[in-house]
Amino acid sequence: MNVITGANRLKFNNCSIITSLWRFYASGSAENIEELVKKNKVVVFMKGVPEEPRCGFSNAVVQIFRMHGVTYDAHDVLKDEELRQGIKAYSNWPTIPQVFIGGEFIGGCDIMLQMHQNGELVEELRKAGIKSALLDKEQQMSKTEDTK
Amino acid sequence: MTGEVPENKPMERAIRQKLVETLNPVHLDIINESYMHNVPPGSETHFKVVVVSDKFDNLPLIKRHRLVNDALRSELQNGVHALSVVAKTPTQWKEGTQVSPSPACRGGFGK
Repeated sequence: MNVITGANRLKFNNCSIITSLWRFYASGSAENIEELVKKNKVVVFMKGVPEEPRCGFSNAVVQIFRMHGVTYDAHDVLKDEELRQGIKAYSNWPTIPQVFIGGEFIGGCDIMLQMHQNGELVEELRKAGIKSALLDKEQQMSKTEDTK
Repeated sequence: MTGEVPENKPMERAIRQKLVETLNPVHLDIINESYMHNVPPGSETHFKVVVVSDKFDNLPLIKRHRLVNDALRSELQNGVHALSVVAKTPTQWKEGTQVSPSPACRGGFGK
């Protein structure tokens, strides 16, 4: 009874191929997430969309990037439970939002806020080849001061 | 600092115990912010922790947060839905004890 017949074995093999394909293409798979985080210089996994964040912490991240004039890819984890769990496993980070710059996991809302406040964010963006709009503003302000 | 938590706050107690054990903090605040969110009164789902420990010395922010997250792994898997972390070294804590408030909820809890 325990003998696997040829037909059954074939079925089993097909199954495992399908499983691995599914794993590869599934939104929560490490492969898919790796692709997502490298697709753009800045990638955010959040609740809701930038136009309408569904969580205060996600909204804070959106507002920070708005101030820095940064465009980014945003992924709404509320629309995709698999992605929501997958991203937590991928970065070994238990909460949403999650921010990636240059393909690297940077942190969540608390870390973004601190980096915004202490100037590290401007530097991190620069490393990824992005000039923060706050720098332009600073330059303009110092120019106006010069001409005074 | 310990022993003042009433019996009916099991999660708060667990968080306190885990953080004391792992990080031996010189200052520890556990703030239940669940009331700010769309959950029943008395919930223990949204927390902010303020941890001051010399275990954070010379560690970048992300590693400090990871220490806290790792200490609270099982709590985060079993009921704690949001965790805001303030992780400072004793020297930083002396420089300023101000902790910024958490952002207002925008209704995303439980979708």
